[in-house]
Amino acid sequence: MSALDLTAPDRRGRLYWLLADCWNVVRRGLTHYRRQPVNIAWQLGFPILSVLLYGYVFGSAMRVPGGGDYKDFLMPGMFAMTMAFGFINTATLVVYDSTKGVIDRFRSMPMAASAVVAGRGLTDLLVACAELAIMMLTALAMGWRPDGGWGFLAAFGLLLWLRFALIWIGVWLGLLVPNPEAAGGLFAVAFPLTMISSIFVAPQLMPDWLGWVAAWNPLSSTAAATRDLFGTPAGGGEAWVEQHALLMAGVWPLILTAVFLPLAVRRFQRLSR
Amino acid sequence: MDGYAVWAEALEKRYGEKRALDGFDLAVREGTVHGLLGPNGAGKTTAVRILSTLIRLDGGRARVAGLDVARQPREVRARIGLTGQYAAVDEVLTGRQNLEMFGRLFHLGGKRARLRAAELLEQFDLTDAADRGVGKYSGGMRRRLDLAASMILAPAVLFLDEPTTGLDPRSRGEVWESVRELVARGTTVLLTTQYLEEADKLASRITVIDRGRAIADDTPDGLKDRVGGDRVEVVLAERGDLPRAVKVVARVCEGEPETDEGELRVHAPVTDRVAALTEVARTLQDEGVGVEDIGLRRPSLDDVFLRLTGHRTKTSQEKETAA
Repeated sequence: MSALDLTAPDRRGRLYWLLADCWNVVRRGLTHYRRQPVNIAWQLGFPILSVLLYGYVFGSAMRVPGGGDYKDFLMPGMFAMTMAFGFINTATLVVYDSTKGVIDRFRSMPMAASAVVAGRGLTDLLVACAELAIMMLTALAMGWRPDGGWGFLAAFGLLLWLRFALIWIGVWLGLLVPNPEAAGGLFAVAFPLTMISSIFVAPQLMPDWLGWVAAWNPLSSTAAATRDLFGTPAGGGEAWVEQHALLMAGVWPLILTAVFLPLAVRRFQRLSR
Repeated sequence: MDGYAVWAEALEKRYGEKRALDGFDLAVREGTVHGLLGPNGAGKTTAVRILSTLIRLDGGRARVAGLDVARQPREVRARIGLTGQYAAVDEVLTGRQNLEMFGRLFHLGGKRARLRAAELLEQFDLTDAADRGVGKYSGGMRRRLDLAASMILAPAVLFLDEPTTGLDPRSRGEVWESVRELVARGTTVLLTTQYLEEADKLASRITVIDRGRAIADDTPDGLKDRVGGDRVEVVLAERGDLPRAVKVVARVCEGEPETDEGELRVHAPVTDRVAALTEVARTLQDEGVGVEDIGLRRPSLDDVFLRLTGHRTKTSQEKETAA
């Protein structure tokens, strides 16, 4: 029924096909962005707009404990916030695929099932790189002046490390919520979580109890550690978690991954029940 | 089991207290279309999901294309195609991009995936729309693309889970045409449907499923014989005419007429449908019997169910409660 030989023996090993399947899922994700440039515009538009709004509107009225320019303080926080909001994007794409039957189709095929999730995660990390690059260019244009070199690369790595941890929350939620509309509601949950952190305001300027919560927010650790690595004002802070920002920027995502990666995998396996 | 593309024995699937499948048997001969007919919630989709390795079974045994679905799921997946209730294609990508992506994920490699995509677009009459986004496709086109994606490896067995649900009559016809072509090329098809008409048009054998069990397994004609085939049905304007109408219907039709006095309805089985209908209509008019409505009634899934199980299908009960 086909002029082609469709039964060529599969001579390559499992690992080869796992990587190949993964790459093909990534290609699909990237083709989505190529075919829907408007989506990129939206996705990047929000952080760019935030950088401009908070930088110029709040910038003049804000002060940074220990001195320094608010814009320099704000930028690393904005980068961390964009990474954090990324989980909504992951969840939305996963819930879309699972409700439309695309995940079932993948699972009915002889491909590696884990590639469905791994490919999603890898796509989101690549997109995160693009988001960070564009935001940083905007920030540079606004006068943000980070230190270059290894510190810069380490900061970039920490931001991606946070995004990596949040992929698993996104996948887990995407398989949990019933429809894409519900995934949209996640934004309402995420927004306060980013406000109660050191992203916009240093925790020691908040009421005591709120400052404590904000200091222990995982986003605060990433924001503070990257501020330090970029060589921009870090805002200080007396709490233990604030004194050990670099360590905690590594540990928090590790904890999140340790909790949510197994949850996401279990949720995916439950599809066969 | 030789000569059977699908062989399932005593399948069990429980969700908590609910038994979705409760000792379900199925045997599908190679090279045929086999209909799996039942109302919503009867277990059709559960059966298809087990046979296509998407969910695990709790009991029983199933072989597809000669392979055990529980022990060799990966090997089964290389030999089946699945088209579910939703057109599970990527709506952002074009038709061609969809087929090429699925081809690569079926491990054809880039070049063969491209060639196979072109072949299938041609076969399913989608070449003109190949480079348009699937979001702009009609329901029928989308379902045909879904079918094409299921056919990438030219699988031995194709599962079609309610392939025409939600389609308009024209799109439905297009999908039926594609299914017939596939079978002519040697694919075995297991088709689930809620429509007796669809099973009748496509399937050479039908299994009726209710409450997780197979309650009948027969040819379409065999099933219809059990229900009694087509009937002429007359609804009268006045109660007094009832005895005369029964006499007319009895004279023209082959079978014993049945009456529904509450609704002033008389109906009887016929074989030469149109001739009988014309004859009944003319005779009633000649005798001056007032007729509210007259027509041919084909046995519906509901009739099959009522006859086989003694209860109506869930969907029709819902309709009645709503009405």
